[in-house]
Amino acid sequence: MSKKVRLMQGNEACVEGAIAAGMMFYSGYPITPSTEIAEISAERLPRIGGKFIQMEDEIAGIAAAIGASLTGVKTMTATSGPGFSLKQENIGYAAIAEIPIVIVDVQRGGPSTGQPTSPAQGDMMQAKWGTHGDHPVIALCPSSVKETFDLTIKSFNLAEKYRMPVLLMMDEVVGHMREKIEIPDSSEIEIINRKKPTCSAEEYLPFKPEANLVPLMADFGTGYRYHVTGLVHDETGFPSNSTQVADDLIRRLMDKVEVNKADIISWEEENTEDADILIFAYGCVARAAKTAIKMLREKGIKVGLFRPITVWPFPEERLIELSKQVKVIIAPEMNLGQMVLEVERLCNKHTKIERLNKVNGEIIYPEEIIAKIQEVL
Amino acid sequence: MPSQLVEQYFRADNLPQIWCPGCGHGIITRAIAAAIEQLDLDPNKVCVVSGIGCSSRAPGYLDFNTLHTTHGRALAFATGIKLANPDLKVIVIMGDGDSTAIGGNHFIHACRRNIDITTIIFNNNIYGMTGGQYSPTTPKFDKGTTAPYGNIDKAFDVCDLAGAAGATYVGRATSYHANMVTTLVKNGIMNEGFSLIEAISGCPTYYGRKNKKGGPVDMMKWQKDFAVNVTAAARMTPEQLEGKFLIGEFKNKPEPEYTKEYQRIIDSLKGSDV
Repeated sequence: MSKKVRLMQGNEACVEGAIAAGMMFYSGYPITPSTEIAEISAERLPRIGGKFIQMEDEIAGIAAAIGASLTGVKTMTATSGPGFSLKQENIGYAAIAEIPIVIVDVQRGGPSTGQPTSPAQGDMMQAKWGTHGDHPVIALCPSSVKETFDLTIKSFNLAEKYRMPVLLMMDEVVGHMREKIEIPDSSEIEIINRKKPTCSAEEYLPFKPEANLVPLMADFGTGYRYHVTGLVHDETGFPSNSTQVADDLIRRLMDKVEVNKADIISWEEENTEDADILIFAYGCVARAAKTAIKMLREKGIKVGLFRPITVWPFPEERLIELSKQVKVIIAPEMNLGQMVLEVERLCNKHTKIERLNKVNGEIIYPEEIIAKIQEVL
Repeated sequence: MPSQLVEQYFRADNLPQIWCPGCGHGIITRAIAAAIEQLDLDPNKVCVVSGIGCSSRAPGYLDFNTLHTTHGRALAFATGIKLANPDLKVIVIMGDGDSTAIGGNHFIHACRRNIDITTIIFNNNIYGMTGGQYSPTTPKFDKGTTAPYGNIDKAFDVCDLAGAAGATYVGRATSYHANMVTTLVKNGIMNEGFSLIEAISGCPTYYGRKNKKGGPVDMMKWQKDFAVNVTAAARMTPEQLEGKFLIGEFKNKPEPEYTKEYQRIIDSLKGSDV
């Protein structure tokens, strides 16, 4: 089959990626700048026998998606800042009850209603710490339309593989810009589905982990009658007041990501081999960084890019390595310094770190990155 | 020895339940199981969903596909389950605070959508799990730990609310009228659409103690003496009905069901994907 080349918006690529990954259920609530994800899902899903529902609020949007996932379908919900705040409690529910679901946050200016139609990267720490209690987090951050397609598929794969919520942290620029994308043939796309039990219903322990720390997940309605709760629970799924059970559960949930980091983490590097200046950027800001690097390289300045693709878990080891090589790390972000906290925590022993922050609703321009580099050189 | 009903539909290993002595919740839970037994539903196809609070512990004791969700959100989770797999019989158990305070928005919209979910609200007029705070169904001037001088909020009539919001089957019974709970739940499950059954339950530990309602027996006697069947009430004067409350079937008006309507859209689009 020939490859399909299309001009597509990031939000549209998110839905196409989700459908390619096997999404059959979407529930959400309209919010700028993510609304096209709901609109396109509403149009596309019933055509393939899937279901779309516009719920009464953001909380219901994620709740319905979690419920649907328990019946064995792949589910997604999308939102932006205010809605991301409202969804936090149920993100924690999906984490402790180990229910696969993809949550998309097309970031806009905050706090509160903030700047609904303007881009921002203000929710990066909320993605990590937004819901209460210790909980595992996987968050991916695309910086192009094609990458939105790919990372949406990856989000579903990771959610299914590790039985947990996965966050796709887009921004308004990536969500709304249009680019040419080549849609791969379905035979070229790796799809991961949750592992289901094959044992008898009597033998099934719904929260007994396999070797990779992930329990097998039975669909509701298939004869494995089991209990799911947001309370601390043992391997049977029923609540427990045992301190040992609580400790084992929370540590296992965290370890699902910690132990499998090598499988989860990804990043992009550009021109890092000989770089003595490193730009740390993600999302739409990485695009400006790439242009800045091109312009600076033409002048003979050795600048490289480190772009985390999984922002959580953070690609620590490689960044530490690079920090030993460069004189300075420049960290442009469309917030007042969020992911730079990780960079500083990991690298300030090895190199100088310079922040470049913008929260006025504008993108960061290549010229601003260049000016910052010239200032610190 | 557990009864045959308990043996067949309860997770007997998880008993005894956590509810206080004299609480009506156990009776109502049993009445729901009896409805499922009488309808001979396949336990593998029954899904029971709850929120947070005393009532929400009920699914843990029932041997079906069971989901104990976040506070107030049971109906939103249940809506996802039912829409994703309409073959499942979805039953939701909520408390009065759970359903009409923190979950009020989900409640009215589930009614409006007429999705085939049977919801039973265990109404004990108080937040029991957190220790006796007033809820949206605490009668005006009654006391709770957060209403030490009397509650000045007007109480919701849960059944009126559900009917007005679009539920197609609505009824009320009490833990004293356990057989009526079973009948109403059966009718609710058979109604293809959103059904709401309010089950009045006594909370002697908090509501009763705070409001000097006597012990469990007195509270159950109150249910017996002050409940009037809606058919009998039609022949009674306002004076005779003073201080009484109605039980029975209040609304039975089937309308097109949500998941069926959605399936019609899917069917109409067959073969049209590009």
